[in-house]
Amino acid sequence: MLKSNTGFIKEFGKNKVLFLMLMPTVLYFIVFAYLPMAGLIVAFKSYNYSQGIFFSPWSGFENFGYFFKSGVAFQVTRNTIVFNLIFIVTSVIASVAIAVFLSEMRNRYFKKVSQSFLIFPYFISWVVVAAFVYNVFNYDYGVFNEILRSLGFEPINIYSKTSYWYVLLPLLHIWKNVGYSSAIYFASIAGINTEYYEAARVDGANTFQRIRHITLPFLKPTVIVLVLLSVGQILRGNMDMFYQLIGNNGMLFNGTDVIDTYVFRSLTGGADLGLTSAATFYQSVMCFAVIYVTNMIVKRADKDYALF
Amino acid sequence: MKPAVKSDELLFSIGSYFIVSVFTILSVIPFLLVLSGSLTDEGAIISNGYGFLPVPFSLDAYSYILSDFSQILRSYGVSIVVTLTGTAAGLYFCTMTAFVLSRQDFRYRNRFSFFFYFTTLFNGGLVSTYILFVQYLKLKNNLLSLILPGLLPVFYILIMRSFIRSMIPASLIEAAKIDGAGEFRIFMGIVLPLVKPALACIGLFYAIGYWNDWYNAMLYITDIKKYSLQYLLTSVINKADFLTKSSMSSATVAEARESLPSESLKLAMTIVSIGPIVFVYPFVQKYFVTGLTIGAVKG
Repeated sequence: MLKSNTGFIKEFGKNKVLFLMLMPTVLYFIVFAYLPMAGLIVAFKSYNYSQGIFFSPWSGFENFGYFFKSGVAFQVTRNTIVFNLIFIVTSVIASVAIAVFLSEMRNRYFKKVSQSFLIFPYFISWVVVAAFVYNVFNYDYGVFNEILRSLGFEPINIYSKTSYWYVLLPLLHIWKNVGYSSAIYFASIAGINTEYYEAARVDGANTFQRIRHITLPFLKPTVIVLVLLSVGQILRGNMDMFYQLIGNNGMLFNGTDVIDTYVFRSLTGGADLGLTSAATFYQSVMCFAVIYVTNMIVKRADKDYALF
Repeated sequence: MKPAVKSDELLFSIGSYFIVSVFTILSVIPFLLVLSGSLTDEGAIISNGYGFLPVPFSLDAYSYILSDFSQILRSYGVSIVVTLTGTAAGLYFCTMTAFVLSRQDFRYRNRFSFFFYFTTLFNGGLVSTYILFVQYLKLKNNLLSLILPGLLPVFYILIMRSFIRSMIPASLIEAAKIDGAGEFRIFMGIVLPLVKPALACIGLFYAIGYWNDWYNAMLYITDIKKYSLQYLLTSVINKADFLTKSSMSSATVAEARESLPSESLKLAMTIVSIGPIVFVYPFVQKYFVTGLTIGAVKG
């Protein structure tokens, strides 16, 4: 202990300026990340504004009991996990496919143009996307329903049934992110030594064989790391997406309310802060557990892919 | 054997061009639809829906926006101020931190990295952050509440760290030290100019994040004068409280409601709020792709 302390002092003396340069960020993290962690005790209190975080009376596990007994906990957890699993699977497939297609193309001009357009939706806020969706899919005069009507089909009111969203949300998720994530995969493909491909061509391998035996194996590490990162976040909803697209539409809560939107609504709707905090506490603990467990499994399988 | 392989490859090639083209077209079509919708006469949208061509053509929505331009101008101002200060300050501290963490001769670099990284694994959540901002820091209706939450994403610090590692050899820093430059001067004079592509890439991330943020505005801003553009759009779309909260008298509000091209107005607002990102995008796009390349390869 003493030894490490003197080591620290010595290091501080040697790199005083570096420590000083780090200070603003360290302070930032203490105030905006570590202080709120202390604030998690609100979950165990019956919070009132006048007494603040530290002086409000304790209530033990009452908040948690209420959160779990009401059934909300199960519902929002299930929705969050189901949607995130769908998002992870569909977006990995779509973006790897797009990246592989792009990398096999010979026409450089086409490649460049399509890549620029593909990334474009990534730059647009979900607020704007929600406006598009409403205008394309709304019941009365949306383009989609206009087309259905003109073809003689019944128009569909997507804002009344959750099942439509299990198709629409993953599609929109792909639409918005495929350009960005395929660019990451594309970049790793570009990093593959071209000699492998030349050798394969000499050996008479066709496109499919080259993709199967060279491109995909080389992409594996990137895919694994990105999937791991998203699995770690599996209990965090896409707040932006869900809130903007579905908003406060009570008809859809059953199937589409995720933990983040639930917490946000309770917080802004003036619900009990202690109860809301119990929900976020639950989310943080679960997140941590999920990351820890995934990392452990990965470590056991292959050390190189572990996150920490 | 040979011809069979050839036709397989041709099929693959056609298929991939087709699929990528479809995705590419789908990426831009909604924007064209909204653009044309915003230029279409309100009555025509309600009765026939809208399509790719603005028929009949009308600038009503835009002239309506112009008629109450002050609110949009203010929100533009808020978004621009928040985006510029947030991006500049964030980039500066992010790069400075990354510079220290990238130094092999800084013994505590890994401990500090973990100190930052841990906050992505476990955090205080929305409620305690909200209480901190509102009750203890008193940042309600303060533009700082729009800037501070996104100022230093750990992910950017880590990307920047690998950028610096790959762009600046340790020997360069050694040489500068021998020449008598202090750490801070090395950072300002050598590191910052050399990592310009990284600054452009991460700066773009920052700018998009700040420009598109409506969430913090919804949490912390109640004064319509301080609405950011995206939040203004959210409220126009969700609650139509644009009119009721704006500075007009109630008689003019009622009158304006009558003549309000609400559908095309929403679309025009959408176009307006996409704003500068579209214009900046082509210029920074090349940095963006290089940035992703380094980020992906070096992790």
